[in-house]
Amino acid sequence: MHSIIHKFRQLGMNIVLDPVSGAIHVIDDLTYELLDLYLDNDFDTIVELLKDKYDESDIKEAYDEIESIRQKGLLYSEDVYKDIDVSRKDSVIKAICLNVAHDCNLRCSYCFASTGDFKGGRKLMPYEVGKKAIDFLIKNSGNRKIVEVDFFGGEPLLNFDVVKKLVDYGREEAKKYGKTIKYTITTNGVLLDEEKATYINENFSNVVLSLDGRKDINDAMRKRIDGSGSYDVIFPKIKNFVLKRGNKEHYIRGTFTAKNLDFSEDVLYLADMGIREISVEPVVEKEDTDYTLKQEHLKEILKEYDKLAEKYVERMEDGRPFSFYHFKISLDNGPCIKKRLQGCGAGFEYAAVTPDGEIYPCHQFVGNESFRLGSVDCGIENKELQEKFMESDIYKREECSKCWARFYCSGGCFANNYNINGDINKPYELSCEMQKKRFECAIAIKAYEMLKENDIYEK
Amino acid sequence: MRHIVTINRTSLKDSLKKPGCGECQASCQSACKTSCTVANQECQN
Ligand code: SF4
Ligand code: SF4
Repeated sequence: MHSIIHKFRQLGMNIVLDPVSGAIHVIDDLTYELLDLYLDNDFDTIVELLKDKYDESDIKEAYDEIESIRQKGLLYSEDVYKDIDVSRKDSVIKAICLNVAHDCNLRCSYCFASTGDFKGGRKLMPYEVGKKAIDFLIKNSGNRKIVEVDFFGGEPLLNFDVVKKLVDYGREEAKKYGKTIKYTITTNGVLLDEEKATYINENFSNVVLSLDGRKDINDAMRKRIDGSGSYDVIFPKIKNFVLKRGNKEHYIRGTFTAKNLDFSEDVLYLADMGIREISVEPVVEKEDTDYTLKQEHLKEILKEYDKLAEKYVERMEDGRPFSFYHFKISLDNGPCIKKRLQGCGAGFEYAAVTPDGEIYPCHQFVGNESFRLGSVDCGIENKELQEKFMESDIYKREECSKCWARFYCSGGCFANNYNINGDINKPYELSCEMQKKRFECAIAIKAYEMLKENDIYEK
Repeated sequence: MRHIVTINRTSLKDSLKKPGCGECQASCQSACKTSCTVANQECQN
């Protein structure tokens, strides 16, 4: 049996992808049509079917080219991965998420953490708990040299003194064990004064700042405690930080909802404001609210990604490029097969720690008792749960094992799956559709760049 | 070739040969986090 191929049109190009080999080809209209007939018909029938539209010699040529790339293993490659046995039993913890504050100074409507407290009351993580969490990371990270600590919340700047003390503590401890800790932080920017901005810029290897885009869009969801919008408070601070940050890694991270299905405008707005690293993501909300994304919005959302890809390329051409998180794709030096079979390491490579020192597979499971893995005092106790995460991969999920995007997506997000479908292994379809579209855009942008470089792009 | 332009060295087949050393970053596919998704992640080897 042959593996499926995936064809699509984007940015004025016809593209065909061979999911298993990863080969990507830009093809002409004739080849695009020919591929629909190729597997089920012999050559003569194909000529018969296409000869009104194309020259017979051209059909022959395109047919031979398809044969040739197929023989090279670049089309219709058989799935050699589905039976390989990958064990994750030797996994080590690479990164932890410290929920240093289960509290927040904003009241965003779509917050997955119930406006910061994860339904467990407003709390700050004591220094002692943070220390133990860092000890847990170092102890469980095996031979790994570089590990990550992400300060998260709620809003981590509400507990900034503890953050700074933990950064120092982590450095000292890591040194003792010949390791390095990379620090990252996610903040809403409300408390990001000059002093904190300088400290964060110097000590953090990646910084994520939340802002949704246009003022009215941001303010409709990202509200202050008194119900007013947050834009005027956060925008100047975020802008100031971005200027300070320069080329060092950071993201301005927004969320789009059913209220701004024209979210490409928000991305472009941010780009116009001088922000270069942008990530705007679909909201995940199961409840039926006025901002919940639903199947009926899908068509419009996919079109919006098309539009964004066009604008992205346009701006690149105009010398005003920006980067959109999900349009970045590595087609050459991508990760190994082990990583491709299961991308997210929640529960076995990655864990989240609450202010009380409880351990969960990731920040999105925090507060859900049935997903409690253990604690900083006792380590991982619920091994059975950990194994459930460890054993999962794209071939354990029916939808993923047939999906053309499986080696790019590597199985999506356990938490989304659980939140929407009640099962970590049941993909959330709407999110899959959007994810696949983003891959198409990302692949097309790469193809476009490559054709331009070689002077062979024709629209 | 006149009808087909192949745009990449295929990295997926190469990825089978890679050791699975685990040195790469932890990833969060949901992008509410600071780490990479797999598609844009580079191998450390
Ligand atoms: S897009 Fe969906 S079905 Fe496809 S691999 Fe990802 S999670 Fe699985
Ligand atoms: S389960 Fe989802 S949110 Fe949690 S770490 Fe994995 S990809 Fe990220």
